[in-house]
Amino acid sequence: MKNKDFAKVINVLALAVFAVVFITPFVFMFFMSLKDKRGANLLGFTLPDVYHFDNYLNVLKYNHYQVLTAFRNSITLTFFSVVILIACCSAAGFVIQRRRDSFSGTANSVILAGLVVPVSILPTIWILQQLHLYKTMAGMILIEVTINIPFTVMLYRSYMASVPVELEEAACIDGCSPFATFIRIIFPLLQPVSATIIILNSVTIFNDFTNPLYFLPGSRNVTVQLTLYNFISQSGNSYNLLFADAILITIPMFILFVFFNKKIIAGMSAGAVKG
Amino acid sequence: MRKTFGTVIFAAAVEGYLMKKNNIYSIWFAVPALSLFTIFFIVPMFISFFFSLTVWNLKSFTFCGLDNFKLFFTEHSMNLSVRNTLVYAFVTCSVKLILSFFIAILLSSSLKTKNILRAVVFFPTLVSTIAVGITFSALMHPTKGLFNVILQSLGMTPVDWLGNTKLALFSVAFTDIWKGVGIATVIFLSGIQSISRDYYEAAVIDGANYVQRICFITVPLSKPARNSIIILALIGGLKSFDLIWTMTGGGPGFATDVLASVIYKQYAAGFYGLSTAGNVIMFVFITAIVLPLQRYLIKKEEQ
Repeated sequence: MKNKDFAKVINVLALAVFAVVFITPFVFMFFMSLKDKRGANLLGFTLPDVYHFDNYLNVLKYNHYQVLTAFRNSITLTFFSVVILIACCSAAGFVIQRRRDSFSGTANSVILAGLVVPVSILPTIWILQQLHLYKTMAGMILIEVTINIPFTVMLYRSYMASVPVELEEAACIDGCSPFATFIRIIFPLLQPVSATIIILNSVTIFNDFTNPLYFLPGSRNVTVQLTLYNFISQSGNSYNLLFADAILITIPMFILFVFFNKKIIAGMSAGAVKG
Repeated sequence: MRKTFGTVIFAAAVEGYLMKKNNIYSIWFAVPALSLFTIFFIVPMFISFFFSLTVWNLKSFTFCGLDNFKLFFTEHSMNLSVRNTLVYAFVTCSVKLILSFFIAILLSSSLKTKNILRAVVFFPTLVSTIAVGITFSALMHPTKGLFNVILQSLGMTPVDWLGNTKLALFSVAFTDIWKGVGIATVIFLSGIQSISRDYYEAAVIDGANYVQRICFITVPLSKPARNSIIILALIGGLKSFDLIWTMTGGGPGFATDVLASVIYKQYAAGFYGLSTAGNVIMFVFITAIVLPLQRYLIKKEEQ
């Protein structure tokens, strides 16, 4: 018994250490975002002397409300990419799982390769230019969709395995067209995995920095990640505003996490293990 | 004769059934996803092999053979990135693997606070990489940062985390581990929780202690989870760009340049052919490392 208590104490101590290590940077971010300019530039891990909640307002106003434009762009990008992803990948996952032929085998291996191979950046820009989509929101949406297709199809495909075939066969015998079968019978049954996919893809696309950096340059098109990155050089030494911006960008993720924490964690681990 | 007739009818019936079946599962369902993926991913991948052999400005190109690759491997500023990428990927992958295993073990014990702690460890995964980079750059500031303040209060000499050419890559790797260990932990945790309790009970009856139970039950039976963590973390490490770019921009000098950051630098400088060559090198590296490793791990898993 004594041994067991000892183990428990060690457990609790170790976890306390981890909690401190993982929470401290966020507390630091929050304190920094509320300091005045001089206090923030000291980079100390201290409470602000005076709480400057107006930092958040100043960040929004900065550079002609650029952060607001960026939020609008990021939300547009995320929303349309996720809608297209859901529409394309649920249908693709459905047939790829159900068919047992060379087509589904090829599609499977192509999509698995997509999880490993890096994006070929300049050739993609070249193709976007040929299609007159470079530096446009539509082009960026298509790129975000493409990059997230492998992961999304994989999740849909593995979930399809748990949907009974008899439903489709019954619908077919009753004279339901393939398209109607999918829309009215299969798609509603995919709802749990669709929810997971909406959340995971929203997080990935909203947080994406590299792809907008390459495929959507220009100050009119900035996304939130790019404004934060540009802020590093533009703001001179206003660490308080920099961290206020960082907090503003983190808040949507935090809210999402508070509500969907179990769904996110389950989705991430399921997707990883099955792939 | 009748037999043949019967066979023909049977074959026709089977064919009819198959056609109907393929009718429900029409290939058209997969066409939107596959065509997007082909146009914006597969085609660029093949084009990149061609343009990596050229000097190129997106409008016109001149063929230059393997010059881009030669330049990449002879120029110090670029060939250093190959070594850095491998070191970075190896360090982040192995530390994440080990650390996440211990955190997952701690979290799988019956603690009341375990859900909150799991959330705390996982949350950094969802935070913007740029925000994390900025925060840790401030914490690692050579004179004012929290890291050095702690070191000094313990009576040690302060360290220039991001300014020291030997240390900078590892400081960024540390941040990467901090941000990414959560996802590995969650994967391990779901692997560990799927192990049947019966094994542990049998082991307790046989007199196995806590450490023995972990070494001989948890470690071998969480192998599938471990394999996916290795593959995922390795791919992530080999591709990593945004954290390094925010924290050091490849500096000091070229000390933290990785393949992805060289690709970006050459792109920004307008050397598009060279940048594409970097892309091809990254492609070859990732496939040459990950695919055999994946095959090996799956083979071991099946044994």
